Amino acid sequence: MRMSKIVRTGANLLYPFILIFGLYVIMHGHLTPGGGFQGGAVVATGVALVIVAYSFEEVTSMIKKVGMKARESIGLLIFIGAGIGALAVGAPFFSNFLAHSGLLFGQSIPSGPNPGDLNTAGVIPIMNLAVGIEVWGGLAIIVLYMLSSIPKEGS
Amino acid sequence: MKRELSVVIFVVLAAGLCAIPAFLTFGEPAESGMDQYFIGNGQAQAAANNIVTSVVFDYRGFDTLGESVILFAAVIGVGLMFRSMRGEEEHEDE
Repeated sequence: MRMSKIVRTGANLLYPFILIFGLYVIMHGHLTPGGGFQGGAVVATGVALVIVAYSFEEVTSMIKKVGMKARESIGLLIFIGAGIGALAVGAPFFSNFLAHSGLLFGQSIPSGPNPGDLNTAGVIPIMNLAVGIEVWGGLAIIVLYMLSSIPKEGS
Repeated sequence: MKRELSVVIFVVLAAGLCAIPAFLTFGEPAESGMDQYFIGNGQAQAAANNIVTSVVFDYRGFDTLGESVILFAAVIGVGLMFRSMRGEEEHEDE
C-alpha cells in the first residue's frame, strides 16, 4: 500500500530529523534521560514511518534487510566486545575500565550537579551506542518481516 | 450466571486496586540503602552524570547483556515465524 503524496513528502521530511534525534538520545545517554534502548526505539520509529508511507517494494530498495541484520549483529558484538575488553586490561568482566583513565570517554566529573561533558563515563557511551545500533536494526527488521507477510495489493 | 460472576470478580479486583493506596504510602520503599549508595557514589565511580544509565550499563551491565540477547533472540523468532508464512516468495537479499 502506498500512501498519498502528502504522507510520503512528510515522511521524507521527518525521516532525517527522527534519525538525528534518536542518535542524539543514544549518544547523550550518560548525560540526559534516555540511552541505547530508548534512542534505538526512536530511530526505529523513523524507519517504521518510511515503511508506513511507502509500498513494500519501494521500502526494500531503500531499507535493506541485510543492512538491518548486520546492524543488529554488529551492535551485539560491540556490546559483548566492550565487556570482554575489560578482561584484556585485567579488570573483571563488564567493569568500567575506561572511566577516569584519561583515554576515550575517560574524563572524570566533579561530584554534585554539573552540566556534564560528552567525554566522560568510560565504556557506558560505547555500550549505549552498541545497544542503540542493535535496537535500531532489531526493531526495524521486526517491522520489515511483519510487513513482508502482508499480501500484495491487487493480487 | 457467568455474567454476574464476571461482574463480581471485576468489582472485587477494582475495589482491591482502589484500596492499595490506603495501605501503602507513595515514595517510601522498604529498602533504600542501595539507592543511597548509587546516588552517593555513582558519579565518582562510573563518572556518568546519569545515575540510571550507570546502573543499567555499569553496575548491572550483565543484566543488560541478557536484555540485548533476549532482543536478538526475539528478532530471530519473529524472522523464523514470518519467513515460513511468506512461503515460496523469496526476496532478493535472502
